Amino acid sequence: MIRLEKRKEPSKFWRIANPFLAVVLTMLAGGVMFAMLGKDPIVAIRLIFFDPIFSETFGSYSRPQLLIKSAPLILIAVGLAIGFKANVWNIGAEGQYIIGALFGAGVALAFFPAPGAHIFPLMVLAGALGGFLWAMIPAILKTRFNTNEILVSLLLVYVAERILAAMALGLMRNPDIAGFPGSRDLRRYEAAHNAELFAGTGIHWGVVAALIAVIFAYAMMTRHMLGFHIQLAGQAPRAARFGGVAPARLVVICLGIAGALAGLAGMFEVSGPGGQVRIEFASGYGFTAIIVAFLGRLNPFGIVLAGLLLGLTYIGGELGQMMLQLPGAAIQVFQGMLLFFLLALDFQTNYRLRLTKGVRA
Amino acid sequence: MILGSINPAVLMAALMVAATPILLAAIGELVVEKAGVLNLGVEGMMIMGACVGFIIAVNTGSPFIGFIGAALGGIALSLLFALLTQALMTNQVASGLALTLFGLGLTALLGQQYVGITPPRTPKLDLGPLSDIPFLGRALFTHDIVVYLTIALVGAVWWFLKYSRAGMILRAVGENHDAAHALGYHVKRVRVLAIMFGGACAGLGGAYLSLIRVPQWTEGMTVGAGWIALALVVFASWRPWRAMAGAYLFGGIVVLQLNLQAAGVRIPVEYLSMSPYLITILVLVIISSGKGRGLNAPGSLNKPFHASS
Amino acid sequence: MKKLLTAAVLSAALATPVLADTTKVGFIYIGPVGDFGWTAGHDRARQELQDHFGDAVETNIVENVDYGADAERVMTQMALSGTDVIFAASFGYGPDVNAVAGRFPNVHFQHATGYIQEHDNISLYDARFYEGRAVLGHIAGKMTETNTIGYIASYPIPAVISGINSAYLHAKAVNPDVNFRIIWTYSWFDPALEADAAETLIEQGADVIMQHTDSTAAVRVAEDAGVMAFGQASDMVEFGPTAHLSAIVDRWAPYYISRIQAVKDGTWEAQNSWMGFADGVIEMAPWNDRIPAELQQEADALIAAIAAGEYHPFTGPLNRQDGTPWLADGEVAEDGDLASMNFYVEGITQELPN
Repeated sequence: MIRLEKRKEPSKFWRIANPFLAVVLTMLAGGVMFAMLGKDPIVAIRLIFFDPIFSETFGSYSRPQLLIKSAPLILIAVGLAIGFKANVWNIGAEGQYIIGALFGAGVALAFFPAPGAHIFPLMVLAGALGGFLWAMIPAILKTRFNTNEILVSLLLVYVAERILAAMALGLMRNPDIAGFPGSRDLRRYEAAHNAELFAGTGIHWGVVAALIAVIFAYAMMTRHMLGFHIQLAGQAPRAARFGGVAPARLVVICLGIAGALAGLAGMFEVSGPGGQVRIEFASGYGFTAIIVAFLGRLNPFGIVLAGLLLGLTYIGGELGQMMLQLPGAAIQVFQGMLLFFLLALDFQTNYRLRLTKGVRA
Repeated sequence: MILGSINPAVLMAALMVAATPILLAAIGELVVEKAGVLNLGVEGMMIMGACVGFIIAVNTGSPFIGFIGAALGGIALSLLFALLTQALMTNQVASGLALTLFGLGLTALLGQQYVGITPPRTPKLDLGPLSDIPFLGRALFTHDIVVYLTIALVGAVWWFLKYSRAGMILRAVGENHDAAHALGYHVKRVRVLAIMFGGACAGLGGAYLSLIRVPQWTEGMTVGAGWIALALVVFASWRPWRAMAGAYLFGGIVVLQLNLQAAGVRIPVEYLSMSPYLITILVLVIISSGKGRGLNAPGSLNKPFHASS
Repeated sequence: MKKLLTAAVLSAALATPVLADTTKVGFIYIGPVGDFGWTAGHDRARQELQDHFGDAVETNIVENVDYGADAERVMTQMALSGTDVIFAASFGYGPDVNAVAGRFPNVHFQHATGYIQEHDNISLYDARFYEGRAVLGHIAGKMTETNTIGYIASYPIPAVISGINSAYLHAKAVNPDVNFRIIWTYSWFDPALEADAAETLIEQGADVIMQHTDSTAAVRVAEDAGVMAFGQASDMVEFGPTAHLSAIVDRWAPYYISRIQAVKDGTWEAQNSWMGFADGVIEMAPWNDRIPAELQQEADALIAAIAAGEYHPFTGPLNRQDGTPWLADGEVAEDGDLASMNFYVEGITQELPN
């Protein structure tokens, strides 16, 4: 009988090797699926994993796009990971992302069409504030009434989506084009436009913010007392309480950071790549970021890699649909497989397989 | 005229039907969570049931076999989750979310040939004279059999958790897996069985949508019902009858909202449509703040278990 | 179809040079092709296009493309891979189409239901669904016995509002006592909610259900309740053989074929086409036998009159809901006003959201 044995020390080798192994296994399993759909598996996998980066036709365009697609995922996931470490389960980042976007866009639309260097910074603040406030609802309900934050944050996603629709159709609707839903295009309002900082690189303020957040989160979790408290509260809540860590304060801090970062991500998206407040603005970044956080093992640098990998499969998946007529659903299944393999192989980091005789597990 | 056109008996009847799919999925997830496992993949398992149930019902011509297929489809997906979280010790939150993503994609692929056709009709249950009782007849006795079986299932789960020995073991495993293990219970076996039960129930809930409620197959047709089911479990503070009350409350608000609109009540619709979620949050707050530690969450929920000895 | 796919796989795999006279056409969709609604309608047309031209066109699709950065990226990649014509089949792609079109002046862009046209390589196209709604309203007004018509609406946007108004006016014209009950679902596709909405409307007295949402749920509910319904975007008779009176069927193929032909002939020009019965872009699903022959003839005549340009569904005198005059006697609504319609006409009792 095979059983798992816990390693005394997490394996450094497997920590590095696992993601590669997972990608290889996904290619094999995915290849079988693509072959069953009547597609050339080698071409399919080349399109998904290599062409976005190395193709002569697409590469120079897709490489920057990878940053644009991954930046919001990374920014949100970094904040979520801090909370997850402390056992604060915010799964409503999607809602915080939406509200952040609405706050940011609200500031821009209020100033329209005035020029001014102060507008964009104000939008950044508003975006962070919006996400923060939306996250404070589950935080305060949790600390005041002991209400489960998983559910409140999740339910608030649906509320936020409806506020978004109401805004796109009502208050924030572009008054110049009567009747059509959707706000003004912020990309055409220079003072509010989150443009590329260096042409052709894909780097906009959101990418910069994601980078700063990663470094900041890493420093906080490894060098700062708060980071230590968060880890302690997650691993040994009782010890943390005796050590003088106030659980309520941690809940507020964790949800607050995650909310503010998700709000920022929404704001950078709506003022840049997304362009305008529209009914369908939210596209699931908040949920995908949860997976990114875990794939990155809640480590800020791991999250960067996980975000880029997932971004790659999105862009490559589009190429697969376009060049090889792969169904969109097959791409989704392929991503699902990748996640399963990444998660499943992770056990090798902490456990080893042992052959034993008939001991119950 | 305005509110007069809303018939309370009909409202009651409609909310029972609207609540059935989410209640089925919720009662399954309740058992899963009682065993100490948090499976966020309910949406994925529901859509799996909706799809597999539909395909099988169409091919066999029998909705009944379709429902069995749906339960098996849900179980199949739940076993993937069990393999990951129980055997390979992966994080439950991430695995559940991945399960949903995977299920949505897989069903879209499986169901491609089944868009735009109707499934065989599920026969209506004829309760004879019962359905002629004024008010109650219309409200309670005009439904399909799944509505009643679902209520029976809630009762069965309640009895199982409260009075059966197996239910006691399941609760013990969920409450404190180390202690349960020390007492000689098979923690993982119990959890895998609970996860499978959750998968079966979610699959049935999905099939209720694709075979009875709607009935059609379109990818993504569960549109978030699985997430509502998850919310219901906590809303119910892990108590079966409360889960039913919660499902009826949620279904009731949705149906009432539609009734108010149709009756022309002057409420801003865009805000009215978010009311089910806001009211659920409100009730959640009231319940959780009511008593000192009224939440009643299983002690080992979402914690991995590994037998070290 | 299978053969075509295999051929496409081979051409991609072996990088066989595409024949010089093959026109490469890309489609981006907001939903999945299996939605049995909006996106399915466009994909039907794509298949007809493919069948029509055979090897002379190569069509590619990308489904479930969100508005904004994703759409811009997909269209750019299509352009980079040598696509000649790109069909962006949803309203919200407007800014993205214009951004990409500016960078690829040699690619022809076709944007459905949009309004932004900043480059001369963008054509806009839309269907006059309100023409179809007029016919539905006429039939509904005659067929209803309870004088109550239920309407399941998605979002309060001009296309939906003008549909409600058109249906109401034509129901009212043949049945002065008619009364509309409207439910907004704030979603394009939520089968369970649409089923609940249909049931609610029926319970409140509606015996004809119209919908501007994508699922087939309402038709089936109507069938079970023994009332009447109209399908949406596709012929939904399968889901309610007795209840289903007809449906407005989206049929983009004639237009798609004509545009690709124009590209091949070198005559493609930027246009703004708003097409109706006259262009074959909307059609009515076959009348249900329960519609009396006389009424079927009236409906056919109405379609013919609209198609011939003899009758416009919005012809004055018409007032807005608040009683203020909108169109004078004999005046016909301007296209611009219809495309941006944000009010109910006089007689509808409910308030328009927003």
